[in-house]
Amino acid sequence: MYTREKVIEKLIFICAAVSVAAVALITIFIFAQGMPAIQRTGLLKFIFGTDWSPTNGSYGILPLIAGSMAVTIGALIIGIPTGLGCAVFLSEVLDKKQAGFFRSAIELLAGIPSVVYGFFGLAVIVPMIRAVANVFSPDAGATGLSVLAGAIILAIMILPTIVSISVNSIDAVPVTYREASYALGADRRETITKVVLPAARSGIFSSIVLGMGRAIGETMAVLLITGNVAVVPHGIFSPAATMTGTIAMEMSYATAEHQQALFAIGIVLFVIIVILNGAAQAVMKKFGGEAA
Amino acid sequence: MTESVKKRQSGIRPVTETSLKGRKAPRKEAHEKAFFGMIWAVAGLTLAVLFLILGFILVKGVPHITWTFLSKEPEALGAEGGIFSVIVGTLAVTVLAVLISTPIGVAGAVYFSEYSKGGRIIKIIRFFTEVLAGIPSIIFGLFGFAFFVVYMQMGWSVIAGALTLTLMILPTIVRTTEEALKTVPMSYREGSLSLGATKWYTIKKVVLPCCKGGILTGVILGVGRAIGETAALMLTIGGSLNIPTSLFSSTRTIALHLYMLASEGISDDKTYACAALLIMIVLLINTAANRIGRNISK
Amino acid sequence: MISNVKTTNDLAFKIRDLNLHYGDFHALKDIDIDIPRHKVTALIGPSGCGKSTFLRTLDRMQDTVEGAKVEGEILFDGEDIYSKECDVTDLRKKVGMVFQRPNPFPKTIYENLVYGPKVHGITDKKRLDEIVERTLKEVALWDETKDRLHTSALGMSGGQQQRLCIARCLAVEPEVILMDEPTSALDPVATAKIEGLLHDLSGKYTVVIVTHNMQQAGRVSDQTAFFLLGELLEVNSTEKIFSAPDNKKTEEYISGRFG
Repeated sequence: MYTREKVIEKLIFICAAVSVAAVALITIFIFAQGMPAIQRTGLLKFIFGTDWSPTNGSYGILPLIAGSMAVTIGALIIGIPTGLGCAVFLSEVLDKKQAGFFRSAIELLAGIPSVVYGFFGLAVIVPMIRAVANVFSPDAGATGLSVLAGAIILAIMILPTIVSISVNSIDAVPVTYREASYALGADRRETITKVVLPAARSGIFSSIVLGMGRAIGETMAVLLITGNVAVVPHGIFSPAATMTGTIAMEMSYATAEHQQALFAIGIVLFVIIVILNGAAQAVMKKFGGEAA
Repeated sequence: MTESVKKRQSGIRPVTETSLKGRKAPRKEAHEKAFFGMIWAVAGLTLAVLFLILGFILVKGVPHITWTFLSKEPEALGAEGGIFSVIVGTLAVTVLAVLISTPIGVAGAVYFSEYSKGGRIIKIIRFFTEVLAGIPSIIFGLFGFAFFVVYMQMGWSVIAGALTLTLMILPTIVRTTEEALKTVPMSYREGSLSLGATKWYTIKKVVLPCCKGGILTGVILGVGRAIGETAALMLTIGGSLNIPTSLFSSTRTIALHLYMLASEGISDDKTYACAALLIMIVLLINTAANRIGRNISK
Repeated sequence: MISNVKTTNDLAFKIRDLNLHYGDFHALKDIDIDIPRHKVTALIGPSGCGKSTFLRTLDRMQDTVEGAKVEGEILFDGEDIYSKECDVTDLRKKVGMVFQRPNPFPKTIYENLVYGPKVHGITDKKRLDEIVERTLKEVALWDETKDRLHTSALGMSGGQQQRLCIARCLAVEPEVILMDEPTSALDPVATAKIEGLLHDLSGKYTVVIVTHNMQQAGRVSDQTAFFLLGELLEVNSTEKIFSAPDNKKTEEYISGRFG
């Protein structure tokens, strides 16, 4: 009877430990496959090399890092004000019932698959950008597949993350802070901008870091709308290639050496994401509150 | 919280009105109006974008979701015919992933909630579960390819995709099950133990039955994630348009098919139809999860 | 502090040098007490004095508490229940517990009652039906519930739920019933019903009841033990405790000077 209980407990423990095994295996395999490529090219040349042309055996991923950074920063520039605005709207302006509806709308945005976002971007945003770009510089031959397209779509995709975590933080600001502010004669705007938001800043910061992580890790949307040209983008209308998009696109026809290089990109991506997520979690834990 | 503050706010007259003879008031009011004007604009913009995306795709896509579309197999790389084999592939991969991940995820949550005594081991496992939840899908794709497709020699197949998906939805199931377990009162467990039941018997017969709703919610959310997943499956299931006949057949899912159609520019109509179908499925899943979630908290 | 009881056969429990620590907190200090068979023993004392804690050592429910350390000897039917050979699930079959707040499972009345017997291997439907009828009659719930055995137990009133919990406890045919302030969450009418029940039960079972209510202790028990700050200050026949207690603190508590 007791042995049966002990056996069951062990089995259940193994199930709990699956996530540890999974992360360990993932790390091992990605590194194992990718390290040879990094060793072959040399770490610095790999990360800072500006020539990504696998057909010539050249594996410098700076253009890809630049592409990922460009769309991510663009997404943040658009997404942070929008996200914070929605968060303030949700917790300060709406009453409980209305807030429920708005929250559902945000959750709906979160539920749309990335490939659908990519398709929408391709069908609607890209042509619009092409039109605008041709107005500004008609000779540039812009296709609309660009950093800007990526930034816009990614901004929409990371909005729910920024909103939900920021809202939690804002709601957690004690009523007493607000009351003190009103009692001193401040109006709602001043209270929100000078008291509430600063008090919630660690949660807001975490939400931004997590949103950044999601943007960098996003694949399908950027694959469809950024153009996948492995050159450092020089403007928002330029096409670009992200780390994620490159991996997804070239994996299907890559030869052994090329494949290893793609895994090496995976290593860089993995490290960046783990650092970002770790930073966000650490800030959250230090200042209280939970990740959504 | 906000309501009580707002109620009080309406009773407060700003100091500026009386003491500074209205010098500052108009400017402050202008700033306040502008601020909230922007807030409303931003929120409105967000809603507008949501409706634009949903509306655009549904309007252009739903008319093309015909019975033929759903029941015929694809022809000419998907430019004609339907998506029957893709639907089968989607079901195969998703159902398999759910069947594998649910018992493991529930068991994991049970361990956290019922067996562990806090301490370092649990903290480590929890940390790794959070890490797992944050790994981007393309990395899962790379892993799935290197480990399941190549190392385990499964080839590009339903099973390789399903196992990769399992790892991706596992944290969701663990999290929602744990939430559900927390709501079961201690007194139920004590009642059972005091009658001479063992710990596992108590969990099986008393605790878990209380959590059915929560577990179901987690499963549904997992299904939602699995159906929308593309990058990880791109590298593991192969993309064949034939109906999968075994676990080791190559196949395609609706999301992957949408990507193929969109990137190759094949048939606008079919692409919109696929996108619309995906959105409808996601809407359905969202509603189902919310419904069940509300029923539990009754 | 051993009450005037004779041989081991008359004792359900024999407790010696019982000490319990929650981490650093010394919750029970050097408890020595005998629990006589087929009698009702009441445990009284102010809040936080350790009487519930003590009760829960008797069926090893303290095992479920993190960091609880038990030292000393608790003999049930002559055997040490904290020894490695002791099967705790068998112990809990023989020593049942009724809790302060009624805690029926969110299942039907029938399922609540057959849960215990099923745990201990009884699967024959006829036998289970008999058990259900017998125990419901024992707690005077049969007439009220016989037509709705398959409805949810949570639909019953508090008093009914508690009687159901007692019936559930009886379904596994225990020798001892431990009761932790079983009527403190109930109204006076329900309380009276359960006290009446105790009279009927004590002939067949050994009952140990923790109670905050001294009148109740006086009404239902044969032996009473007074706890204070984790120590057992006095244990004697109920008559003696309530008329001429040996310990001054007992007298003060009984006359309401504290607690």
